[in-house]
Amino acid sequence: MRIVQALVIAGFGINCEDETAAAYRLAGATAHTAHLESVLRGDVRLDAFDIVHLPGGFSFGDDLGAGRVLANRIRTRLLPGGATMGDGLRAVARRGGMVIGICNGFQALVELGLVPNVGGEGAAEAALMQNVSGRYENRWVRVRADAECPARVWAGLEDWELPVRHGQGRLVFRDPGLRDEVARLHLNGLTYCDGDGRPTRAYPANPNGAELACAALCDPSGRILGVMPHPEAYLSLFNHYDWPRLRRECPERSEEGKGLMLFRNVVKAVLAA
Amino acid sequence: MPETWTHLYVSSRPDRGADPIGERVRRQAADFLSIDTGRVATSKVYSVSPALDAARIERAQAALGNRVSCVVGVGSPACKGFRSFISVDKRPGVTDDEGRALLTVLCDLFPSSPEIASGRATSRDVYWLEQTLSPTDLGRIAEELVGNPLVHVLRSGPADAYEDPRPRAAAATRSVIEEIVLPRDAAGLLRLSETRLLSLDQVEMEAVRDYYDREAVRASRRLRGLPGDPTDCELEAIAQTWSEHCKHKEFSALVKFVDRDRGTTVEIDSLFRTYIVAATRAVHEVLRGWGQDWLLSVFDDNAGVVRIDDDRVFVWKVETHNSPSAIDPYGGAITGILGCNRDPLGTGRGGGRLLFNTDVLCFAPPTYDRPLLRGQLAPRRVFAGVRAGIEDGGNKSGIPTVNGALVFDDRFAGKPLVFCGSGSIAPARVGDDPWWEKRIDPGDRIVVIGGRVGKDGIHGATFSSVHLDEESPRSAVQIGSPLTQKLASDFLEEAGARGWVKAATDNGAGGLSSSVGELARIPGGAEVDLERVPLKYEGIQPWEIFLSEAQERMTLAVDPAVESELLSLARDRGVEAVDIGRFTADGVLWVRHAGRTAACLDLDFLHHGTPRKRLEAEWAAPASEVPAIPDVDLEAALLGVLGGWNVCSREGVIRQYDHEVKGRTVVKPLMGRGHGPQDAGVLRLSWSDYRGIAVSNGIVPRYGDLDPYAMCACAFDEAVRGIVAVGGRLPGPDTAAPQFWSVNDNFCLPNVAHDARTNPEGRRRLGALVRMCQALYDMAVAYAVPLTSGKDSMKNDFTVGKVTISVPPTVLFSAAAGIPDVRRTVTSGFQAAGDVIYAVGETLDELGASEFFRWLGLAGGRAPRVRAERARERYRRVNDAISAGLVASCHDLSDGGLAVALVESAIGGGLGFDVALDDLGQFDQPSVPLFSETASRFVVTVPEERRRAFEVILGVDARSIGRVTGEAHVRISMGGRPCIDGPLARFETAWRGGLGGYG
Repeated sequence: MRIVQALVIAGFGINCEDETAAAYRLAGATAHTAHLESVLRGDVRLDAFDIVHLPGGFSFGDDLGAGRVLANRIRTRLLPGGATMGDGLRAVARRGGMVIGICNGFQALVELGLVPNVGGEGAAEAALMQNVSGRYENRWVRVRADAECPARVWAGLEDWELPVRHGQGRLVFRDPGLRDEVARLHLNGLTYCDGDGRPTRAYPANPNGAELACAALCDPSGRILGVMPHPEAYLSLFNHYDWPRLRRECPERSEEGKGLMLFRNVVKAVLAA
Repeated sequence: MPETWTHLYVSSRPDRGADPIGERVRRQAADFLSIDTGRVATSKVYSVSPALDAARIERAQAALGNRVSCVVGVGSPACKGFRSFISVDKRPGVTDDEGRALLTVLCDLFPSSPEIASGRATSRDVYWLEQTLSPTDLGRIAEELVGNPLVHVLRSGPADAYEDPRPRAAAATRSVIEEIVLPRDAAGLLRLSETRLLSLDQVEMEAVRDYYDREAVRASRRLRGLPGDPTDCELEAIAQTWSEHCKHKEFSALVKFVDRDRGTTVEIDSLFRTYIVAATRAVHEVLRGWGQDWLLSVFDDNAGVVRIDDDRVFVWKVETHNSPSAIDPYGGAITGILGCNRDPLGTGRGGGRLLFNTDVLCFAPPTYDRPLLRGQLAPRRVFAGVRAGIEDGGNKSGIPTVNGALVFDDRFAGKPLVFCGSGSIAPARVGDDPWWEKRIDPGDRIVVIGGRVGKDGIHGATFSSVHLDEESPRSAVQIGSPLTQKLASDFLEEAGARGWVKAATDNGAGGLSSSVGELARIPGGAEVDLERVPLKYEGIQPWEIFLSEAQERMTLAVDPAVESELLSLARDRGVEAVDIGRFTADGVLWVRHAGRTAACLDLDFLHHGTPRKRLEAEWAAPASEVPAIPDVDLEAALLGVLGGWNVCSREGVIRQYDHEVKGRTVVKPLMGRGHGPQDAGVLRLSWSDYRGIAVSNGIVPRYGDLDPYAMCACAFDEAVRGIVAVGGRLPGPDTAAPQFWSVNDNFCLPNVAHDARTNPEGRRRLGALVRMCQALYDMAVAYAVPLTSGKDSMKNDFTVGKVTISVPPTVLFSAAAGIPDVRRTVTSGFQAAGDVIYAVGETLDELGASEFFRWLGLAGGRAPRVRAERARERYRRVNDAISAGLVASCHDLSDGGLAVALVESAIGGGLGFDVALDDLGQFDQPSVPLFSETASRFVVTVPEERRRAFEVILGVDARSIGRVTGEAHVRISMGGRPCIDGPLARFETAWRGGLGGYG
């Protein structure tokens, strides 16, 4: 079988590149970590990869707004061929690869207009604003996946938990019409849920107050996906906040964390294309 | 040509709901200052020079703000519906990352525009308030909630009076190298020390004068065309090298110690060598006897180094940043944590990968309401600012905060204690050389990387060596830039991995003077050309360039053969790196500015010329009676203790610190269904195996009033106990796979130099310190756990006129230990109904300075004493039980004793318990076993089927006291009668609510 090639972008304040690269490796892909500057200079070419991943962190210190300086650089700096890196990302998605942004990477994808991109024009249709609490927070949340989401990466992840770590995760849409369209197209792949598994906008189950209780958002092709929580921080059962009990209750339980399943699914989705 | 500016603003869109930042200001103004602001909105205003044309403005606006969430405009921001404003500008030279980010964006947008590449940009925050407020109220909100006059220019007024900023740079001045004529008399010397903020005492000033008087020195200076007296740069460099901060003068002093309890008088030749170094040496001997050799580098470098395995070493340092945090809490804390990160980064050959942070913060309770002295900040402000600084410093660097503590005591109202620690992993070897050994040859280049130099942080080293008062210098304040440091540390790791760095060190206290001065000792000399150092702005004098503590800088020794490659990689990575000179072997530190000599210092004198201090200490245990304990409602007592400052939940603070980035945290600060507190953090080292590290802290200043020896021993025990509780194994002869231990000690004391008039308590304070050091030695040796690095911070006093607020003598031990398999670690929360609850360790009547006594308002009593030999035996047995997989949960007993530990374990598991106190011993009343804080104890739960095996290992040291219950209910009885009986929710509410709105 073909080995999937994943490119993990690093540098300029991105800080989740190690665990993200580990995630792809554990999911059976080859992970290559490259400094953003190496891509922009053309030392590393996007067309050599099936997956391009913008990890979490504080690119450019979150100054001017989370993901904004990074998005501007991706949008404006010209690669040696004359295209921008943004063009390169779109090309990866068009040829059946995937572009994934997590947390800060998601913020950059939204700023770039790559998600939700319902209008197809790459204009910003949404924003990730300051959490309603006004605070950066690290906590575990319960999320449910939408089986009809065009990003075919949620198998086995219908109802699960994973950590959030952000100050700007409140997704707002440009207008109610666009929001309805996102819902109709099932682009909100993950929703924050309350204890009963129902989507919620109430804090802290919804940690930021996002519209549609949206925790992950893709474009209509399903090939560009932003995720606010951190699946790469749940590669192992031992990342879970209650692992000692989970293990005691089910000693034969897998030592793998559920977050890894998302990466396995991403790799599968690429192979299926 | 006059400067032209374009002003752009970004405001939150009013139709997107309340602005969360504005909302916080509104709430805090109401809660803390009783000012009704009405709604509060915020804008950012960016100013760019030279001005942009219309087309560029259009593109800049599009890049600056997402229209979905923001309003972006040119000129003054709109403020419809708001009647007042407050604007917050950075003072000239203060780090302005957002201004710099705007330039980054503009350079990306207009890549071929030289005027932008060399342009300037600044940012300011504007707050819009709905109500019309008086200048006084606006001033209070400005100074107490949103800004600090030390680093910000604050303006406020009616909304329609708002004006766009007129940014200014510091005025250019001519570079001057001044000769400082040393007065002949003592009074003149002391005056000079004071006016130049040298913080040198009379003996030290005389030593400087005598050195310059030496005929050999005069002759050699004449030969080099130097003046007979020191230059400003030389005098400043000497002062900072000799500062308490760098030289630890109290810890290396000759101390005459009168021990009135034992009737002895001894001369102690350096507390540091006699106790700290000696303890580690003794432990090292023992370890070697067991065939263990994982101690690699202790005390010499910026951080201690121990071996993980053949390929990796663990590097770890904890230190304080108290004085800066007292006057600018946010800036002090963020530079504290970033500065501490640079210690492991600047150890050995540099470039380790930072793995975790830990923070221990000591404040006065935020409700402290005594009148503030001039220059003193309200404790709640200090708390909020320090918390936020550590949030930004840690989170933005991508380093998880895995463990920490908050300690409250009114005596931290003058100076808070801000302890920051960082651990890293580095390769064991670089080529054939050990990574932890710096190697510098004459001819190697001196390269400085990271931030630019401004006047910020001048005199930090000497400043932290003096007590604070209302005139404390502003130049000592600095603001950190986590991004700058992140880029520099990523770069250093990359350059280090290529073997391009021969030595690295931090530019912290003392700036270049310290980093180059220290590194120069290895080859035996250095030459520096200060004009090559990148500056934030003009007008900085040569001596200031040499001394500036501007942040995020590191100094490297680089082989000239690879220098150009290193510099080119730095450019690529957005890191400023410059060659500022070279290392030599002529015994001299030669500093030049544009060809003129600014300083030419004999290295030997610089590093060894400090006169030895002689200090007097005495100790007699304070008379302390054991007070009668009144009859109290035990439930009320437990609720009071649980809600107390030192016990209550820290969740609000913990959640704002990223504790999971890097994806390796296995035991987080909060675990279990109910998110209960843990005794130590545990991390995995990689994804390919399950080896890990446990990290914990021990600190209990309250016991020090009764017995400083006991206090220090309890702090050491607490740090070790936390690691034992999660499954870390104490060193011993029988261990098949020995695991490293590495402990940092941090002593924080008030002024210990006796002076009949100004410091009559000095002898006694130093006596307390001697007792603490004796405890440190005894504990380290008893547990065979070595100290590997540490720091002391003396003179933690805040003085205004005749009033002084001094911190209680405090020591923090921060421990890290290797964990062979993180899957075997244990957390504190109860796991299942029916599990047997054990109290492990003997409970004694030790309620002195306990949380229970605090709640009762009782003084006196016996402070807990560590019985180290018994504790060690117990810990080894607990190790065996955990290794054998017998233990379901384990929680150490600390503040609040058994009752608090039980409730915390119940909260973590979301379960209840039913416990009887009778088997704990013969006590007159239940409050003793409930609240006694006897050291070295645990609450352990064991599944019924493992009960026998557990009891075989623990023997009589484990007393079965009850069971975990499925119903979330607290039931404690003695003599068949219930003492406490109520739903867990009641206790949990008290515990969760303790920090109020201050977390």
